Amino acid sequence: MASITLNHLVKQYGDGFPAVNDVSIDIADGEFIILVGPSGCGKSTLLRMIVGLEDITSGDLLIDGQRVNEKAPRDRNLAMVFQNYALYPHLTVFENIAFPLRLGKGKHSEEDIRRLVTDAARTLELTDHLERKPGNLSGGQRQRVAMGRAIVRQADAFLFDEPLSNLDAKLRGQMRSEISQMQRRLGVTSVYVTHDQTEAMTLGDRVAVLKKGVLQQIASPRELYEQPVNLFVAGFIGSPSMNFVPATVSGNVLKTAVGDIEVDSRKAAAIEGKRLVLVGVRPEFFEDASLVDEAKLPHGSTFTAELTHTEWLGNEQYGYINFDPDPEVRSLLDGLARDMDADELRPQIVVTLDAASRIRGGRPAELWLDTRKLHLFDPETGENLTRDAAAGAALTEEANAARAEEIADARGRDRANV
Amino acid sequence: MKSRTKERLVWTVISILVLVYALFPVASILATSFKEPSDLTSGKFLPTNWSSVNYQEILVGDAQELFLSSLWNSIGISLIATFIAVVLATLCAYAIARLDFPGKKLILTTALAVSIFPVISIVTPLFNLWRNIGLYDTWPGLIIPYLSLTLPISIWTLAAFFRQIPWELEQAAQVDGATTWQAFRKAIVPLAAPGVFTTAIIAFFIAWNDFVYGISLTSTEAARPVPAALAFFTGASQFEAPVGAISAAAIIVTIPIVLLVLLFQRQIVSGLTQGAVKG
Repeated sequence: MASITLNHLVKQYGDGFPAVNDVSIDIADGEFIILVGPSGCGKSTLLRMIVGLEDITSGDLLIDGQRVNEKAPRDRNLAMVFQNYALYPHLTVFENIAFPLRLGKGKHSEEDIRRLVTDAARTLELTDHLERKPGNLSGGQRQRVAMGRAIVRQADAFLFDEPLSNLDAKLRGQMRSEISQMQRRLGVTSVYVTHDQTEAMTLGDRVAVLKKGVLQQIASPRELYEQPVNLFVAGFIGSPSMNFVPATVSGNVLKTAVGDIEVDSRKAAAIEGKRLVLVGVRPEFFEDASLVDEAKLPHGSTFTAELTHTEWLGNEQYGYINFDPDPEVRSLLDGLARDMDADELRPQIVVTLDAASRIRGGRPAELWLDTRKLHLFDPETGENLTRDAAAGAALTEEANAARAEEIADARGRDRANV
Repeated sequence: MKSRTKERLVWTVISILVLVYALFPVASILATSFKEPSDLTSGKFLPTNWSSVNYQEILVGDAQELFLSSLWNSIGISLIATFIAVVLATLCAYAIARLDFPGKKLILTTALAVSIFPVISIVTPLFNLWRNIGLYDTWPGLIIPYLSLTLPISIWTLAAFFRQIPWELEQAAQVDGATTWQAFRKAIVPLAAPGVFTTAIIAFFIAWNDFVYGISLTSTEAARPVPAALAFFTGASQFEAPVGAISAAAIIVTIPIVLLVLLFQRQIVSGLTQGAVKG
């Protein structure tokens, strides 16, 4: 078990392109860190720098306070699970898991190896498959073998490189919870790369959002969701993603395509002097006005809009409102879409409605918008003008406390079982 | 159901036609090799009397010296040429598959150009050159031109094969605690072996089957390979065609090839489909 410190890490390729640019992260012992971002954001490169498969151009990488920049991968005592599992196809499952143990010649007796491998196999429910070759296993089983290889090592930290991206959706959910439970049980420091934000939100103690090699924000999933630091993080985290509605400011009123919105004094102070802002609205901030509690109504504003169509999903439904932004804002939205891997950001607002709502597309509808949780972004810099740093920090603090508790619980249970 | 049976029938017929087309000459040679000299012109497919006189002639009789020495030459030269080609091609293909270096395309195109260059057009200059530098009628004198035949195809097959190997395995091994050499030996070599093996067999066939170089660059038993030697067989008398002896020799020469293919057909097929086709 170890802590990992990334200190101003930079990775520059031969052509001078910085794949990772000045990233600093402190990973505490036993913490589960997620690196997330659109493809090409440098998250995998960063992981490979930690494990030693990529050279570090500048900056320091410390494991347990020791600088390991120049150490070969095998001397770092880290275990890695690769995207396509990287199982040795010519070896049986048993030998695959035993591979790292066999490399340390004489370090483990044959008996030791057998015991460690069968233990790991039991944890991962692979006991029946030990004599099979990886080629005959299902995707989920291969995934578990790859994890078994990490577990037997008793490595200082686990590194995962998009380990679930080759699995189908159902299995992914199952493996996700298995990884999460295993991490807690072993209490091992983990760094996990993914582009899937469900994995990021559910697994991570803290999530680091990267864009073009630059760390945007690192915080607990809840803080990222509720107090994003800029447009990019706000748009990247959450599904369906946050709506960005351009608004012109006049005093404490925002004039938008979905009507005028009045904001409180704190927000009004934050945007003072700005002519144009982007209003960040999560889809669930909207509701069918006829279904909103009388008591809640005054906390938001009611407006009339025409939905183009709705999608009913059973537990909720999505509605879509088109709006026509001015060209200046349009180019800004397009740029943002490119950053996030999408072709274009449609000037469209997605609203989440209660499943019971009878609102249908093509007809004007009364919608209600909860204005308390809005975020206002500077359209030029993308900065979140209304971020409440203290509230955000409190959320991450909460998550840290929860983690410590869970690890203690898991260890307590383990002891009880033994 | 009906169309399926019909489809199978069509395929069976096609397969039989192809088999007959491919194997009839072999069967004919096999039958001829058991005929007595007097029987050769009988016009019948099967020998009237099965006799081993032709085999006796090439293995213990008059043609023995000619045949056995050439057999030895063929085996030796082909094996050495194969070995050198595979070693060089492995190194070359490894570099091509793994590294990005200037001139990579050039190497591959050159290899291709060499392999499609007509053999017959370089045989005459080579004949003169070899005589001047003393390589004429020696083993190296054949091994070197054979390399020009076997190297290009070996490089192409192996490069295609190596590209299929997930190099992540090597990295995984390194993370697992292996040195660079251990990672290569324990993770990559076992995967590369079938490809190297297939390539070796193909290279061996090419060297084994060559005729043009064999007949042009040799003059005595010192280096003459089997395909060339067959042309020098004579009948028992000058009025007798050596067809029977040649057939017997052809059958003997074919046996190692058939054995190799039968023994390793699974590796060859998987090697070919994994490397050459997919790449």
